[in-house]
Formats: sequence, structure tokens, C-alpha cells
Amino acid sequence: MSQSRFTWLPKLLSRLAKSRLALSECPDAPRPALAYGVQAEDWGRLPVYLQEQGCRFAGLWAEVRDGRLAVLACVEKQGDYLVFETEVPIAKPELGSWSPVYPGANRLERHARDLLGLVFLNSPDARRWTRHQAWGEDEHPLRKDFPAEGHGSAPTPADAGYPFERVEGEAVYEIPVGPVHAGIIEPGHFRFHALGETVLNLEARLGYVHKGIEKLAEGRDGAGLLRLAARVSGDSAVAHAWAAAQALERTSGAEVPERGLMLRALLAERERIANHLGDIGAICNDVGFSFAHMQFGRLRELWLRRNAALFGHRLLFDTLVPGGVARNLDKDGVLALLADCRALRKEVTSLFPVLRDSQSLRDRLMGAGVLAKDQAQRLGCLGFVARASGIDYDLRRDHGYAPYERLSLEHPLHQAGDVAARVLQRAEEIYASLGAIRQLLDRLPHGPIAVSLKPPEPGTRGLGLVDGWRGEILSYVRFGEGGRVSRYFPRDPSWFNWPALEVLIHGNIVPDFPVCNKSINGSYAGVDL
Amino acid sequence: MRRIFQKIYEIGIVTEPVARDAEYERLGRELKRRVDERFRGSLAIRQVDAGSCNACELEIQALNNPYYDLERFGLHFVASPRHADLLLATGPVSRHMEEALRRTHAAMPEPRWVIAAGDCAAGRGEFVCGYACAGAVSAVLPVDLEIPGCPPTPLQLLQGLLVLMNA
Repeated sequence: MSQSRFTWLPKLLSRLAKSRLALSECPDAPRPALAYGVQAEDWGRLPVYLQEQGCRFAGLWAEVRDGRLAVLACVEKQGDYLVFETEVPIAKPELGSWSPVYPGANRLERHARDLLGLVFLNSPDARRWTRHQAWGEDEHPLRKDFPAEGHGSAPTPADAGYPFERVEGEAVYEIPVGPVHAGIIEPGHFRFHALGETVLNLEARLGYVHKGIEKLAEGRDGAGLLRLAARVSGDSAVAHAWAAAQALERTSGAEVPERGLMLRALLAERERIANHLGDIGAICNDVGFSFAHMQFGRLRELWLRRNAALFGHRLLFDTLVPGGVARNLDKDGVLALLADCRALRKEVTSLFPVLRDSQSLRDRLMGAGVLAKDQAQRLGCLGFVARASGIDYDLRRDHGYAPYERLSLEHPLHQAGDVAARVLQRAEEIYASLGAIRQLLDRLPHGPIAVSLKPPEPGTRGLGLVDGWRGEILSYVRFGEGGRVSRYFPRDPSWFNWPALEVLIHGNIVPDFPVCNKSINGSYAGVDL
Repeated sequence: MRRIFQKIYEIGIVTEPVARDAEYERLGRELKRRVDERFRGSLAIRQVDAGSCNACELEIQALNNPYYDLERFGLHFVASPRHADLLLATGPVSRHMEEALRRTHAAMPEPRWVIAAGDCAAGRGEFVCGYACAGAVSAVLPVDLEIPGCPPTPLQLLQGLLVLMNA
């Protein structure tokens, strides 16, 4: 960690002290964050000062500790991460809500309530979120008294009685969509209120693919944790596994060898390119431009085939292991990957001008689904969604984790915030990733690709922070007896990008919803957990 | 427009010819023969994600890319279960999707088939036995065939479809 880290912290601490908000520094902070304990009664007013000092909200989760419930929240400023935590008795698990200050906290608080029974007072929206009908309001799957295997095999009814927002008025009508959608995509429910063709309000209702990942993580060893992490959101297998691996390695004090780190970054950038290629094609397809869908689908397929040939899996599942990577890359592999990069650069350079100059594509994508910078900031949007709305944050540069701090990366940025800007942003990120891959392959050092880890001590914990193709992934892992996981919480960027869809769709027409949705491409699995 | 045509001309048809992925092509031809026989040349598939991590969906989507081009064998994906002959279900059946999966199946006309695609759907994945999952598609619906893989590759999916047609 460089010397210039946390330069803003003294000012924040003195601001909090002046406001009589007592803090105690936690010696066991989940590295690389610093952590502070807060009195439960101060919890609700803490975010006011954090926001005033320019801290971005980055996550909120909870865990059971010795019969009490601990709540943790993470904020970021200038690439440094701070965790605040407090405890409440399990008999009266009440504390203030962060949602009035940080709207992005809302769904995370509701998730924590559904799974652990926390009550966030004065929350502007305290409806259930992750819970449908698989367990009761008074039951909390992440508490220790809740059986991991659940309550037997009686059929679970469909969700009912969720109090959707209502829009009333003459000629206003409602369109319910999902959970089963028309295409080959993940399930979720969207509730539209429209007037003619114009969307007045959209509300997403997710949670349909809740698999209990956080509970399933309990008791796993490091290797088991990484297998699970790779399946949090199958399109981000590398990024989620890497974040979990970082948390594990920081906890057990392991140094991943340089070659292993470079190969991880190589895999992560390949994952980014594969997703960008597929989605650019799919966005064009949503407005009927099938030429691009076929061309980008072709390029994605070639990319995935190379993954299978060199890394053993088309979507790079289980390519990361604790301490490094599973598979080495030989000289022929390096040459093949370099040739791929040259070929792809040539291909996209011939394709992007076709997209840019297509009048019908411009008509449909420009000005559609505009997310203004201040809206994106308010919601805490991440990744290409934020960067297409003028928010210049990239974890690889601003937080700077190995091996990215040694690479020179391009950082494209757009301001318009519409669907077209998100497509352009992703197009330019393909070039940036190609540049990164080139540098990684040129500098790939000799040496081992992994080290063996000693199991983390009981009670230790770490954070993983990785820039996946959707943006910042934050993963918290705490270990218990025998180096087994006692808590895993992966915060996918989709927690903050999904709410953007409800905002940017306002005033657009219903038929533009698919393309607006695809331009955000939130992960359902990644937030349903 | 000129550039679009130029690109199309340059790339030509990439759909797997016999020599490049003989296995896929051979399976595909056999599949087409069976679809012609039993479904008058057209088999309609309704896909349902019942708790997948989205990897299965990405690979099922890939069946429609120009390399695999599943439709040339007479198989195509439909939006409405009322139009479907085959339910292609993925995921360990999250309890929150259980009823939606049942209703989708119930909405399909007879005769109908069910494939559980992927290790999760077949009850072998990372998510079995949790409080939030039924554990496998077969715990909820009568399953005609399971396709292994995490996720199954397009080739494995095609092989599975063929096995079902031959059953």
C-alpha cells in the first residue's frame, strides 16, 4: 500500500469527533480496508457525515457474532476503503437506516433484514426484497438456528402480495412482465406503469434465483469458496473468484506469485472482452440490427473457444485457485493469445464504424435511456454504467491492485449517459483490455503460478476488491475454525446498477425497455444470491 | 451499407462445415432427421432459468450464434410455453422459481418433454441441498433427460437433444 493512502481520513475523523460520534478502530480490520466500530445509536447519523465528506457508499452486510448481530458498511474515497461496524442484540436488532442518505443501501438493507432479521428504522422503503415464499417473515436463513437444508420438500407457492408502487390516473395501465421472460435470459419481474407508449414508472422485483449462496458458503474451505464464487454470476466467474481469492489470501497472509497474478488479470480481461462482445451484439439485436448480432456473436464464440483450448473452460470457471491459477500458459499459448488480440482488434476496427454510421442504430440508441451523472452518483452506479455517465472511477487505477498498478491502462470515459454512450464505452473498453492483455503477455514473468496457503486463523477476515466487467466487486470473507468460511458476502456491482434502470427508463417508450435493460445488463444471479 | 455487405462477403458463412466440427455437424444432421420424423421438421423449445448462475443461459444462447445455428436443424426457441414441445430447464430450481417452472410446464401442450440442462438442474451442482433450492428439476417435474456440464457446452446440449430424440 502506498504512502499516499487515506490522506482524507484525518479530516473525516475530526469531523466525526466534532459531531460527538465516538469511533473505535478495529485491530482486525478486513484488509485492505480500515475498520471502525460505531455505537448502534449513532449508526443512523453516520452516513450524513460520510456523504458530506465525499465518501461513496460501497456495500452493507451483516453477520452473526456470539449471539449478537453485527452490521458492516463500506465506503470508498479516492480508492481507499473504510468499513464501519456496529452490533445490536439479537433480541432487539434495530438500528438506523443508511438509505435516506445513500439510496444504494436500500436493497442491501432489505436483503439483510430478510436473511438476518435486522430492522432498519426510518427506512424510506422497508418492504421485503430477497424473501418471497420460501421462508416466513419471522425466519432468518442466515441465523445459526435456521437449518442449512431448510424445512423439507413441500412445494413453495409463487410469490404473492408484494406491495408494488401504484400509479393511478385515467388511461394509466399496468404491465406485469416475468419472472419467465421471452428470451433465453435470467428470471425477474418488472412492473410497468404506462400512459400510451410512455413508461411512467418501472419497478423491478428480483430474488427469483435466490439459492442461498451465503449459507452454502459456510463451512467451505478456500478451494470450495472459490468454486462457489465462480458461480455467483456465471458471466463473471473470474472476477468473483478473484475477489473471494483476494479476501482469502489477505487473511492467510499469502503472496500470490507474480506470474499467477498476471494470469489472473489476463483471465479477467478476457472475461471482460467476451461479455462486451456478446452484449454489444445483443443490444444491436434488441433494435433489430441483426448484422451486428451475428458478427459480434461470431467474435465472442471464437474468443470462448480459445478459452476452452488454453484454459480448459469456455467461461473460465475454476481457472482460479487459492494462491494462484489452476493452469499454466506455454509459449505457444502466449503466441496464440497475441494473435487473437491482433485479429480481434482488426475485426472490431472494421465493425465499430459500421455501427457508428448506421442511421437506424443511431436513431434508436442515441438519447434512449439517459442516466445523468448526478443520478448515477446518487445511486452509486459502477463500471461501464457509471463511466458512460461521466463518473471516472476504475478500481484498477484508483484503488490499484496487483498486477494492474504496474500496467498502463487506457481509461475511456463518456458523458452522454444514454444507451449509445454505454455501447461506445464498452467498445472502447475492449480496446483498453486488448492493450492490457498485450502488456501482460509481453511481461509475463517465469516462475510458479500458485503458492500453497496455510488456513486462515479463526475469526480473521478480509475484503476482496476486483474490477469485474460490470464494475467493482466487493467480497467479504470471515473464517472460523479450521480455516473454514463462516461468512461470505459478495457484493456484485448489479446491486447499484439495477436501480439505475428504474430511473433511466422514465419517459422512454415501453418497446425501448429491452434495449435499455440490455444496456445496463444487471446480473440477476449476482444480487439474488 | 457498402461496408455491411463487404463484411458479410469477407466473412462468408462460418456455420460449422463438416470438416471443422464434424461431431457437431454429424449430430446435427441426425437430430434434424429425428425432428423431421417425429415433429414434422420443427421442434419448439421453451427455456426456463430456474436458479441458474446464468452460465447455462449464455451457452444455450450460443446455440443460436452463426457457428452452431441450431435453427438449421429444425429446432427453435419460442417465447410462449403454449408453442413449445420441449422445456429446457436450468438451475437447481430455486424455491422462488419452483411454481413458475411448474406453471410453464403446465402451460405446454401434450405431448411435451423436459430436459434438465446442466449439473445444477441434474442435482449435481454447487447448489444442491440448500434451504433455498428444490435441488434438481426432477424434484419438481418429470424429467426425460439430463444434460451434464457446468455449464454444458453447445456441443453437449446438442448431444443431449439428440439423445432425447432417439429415446
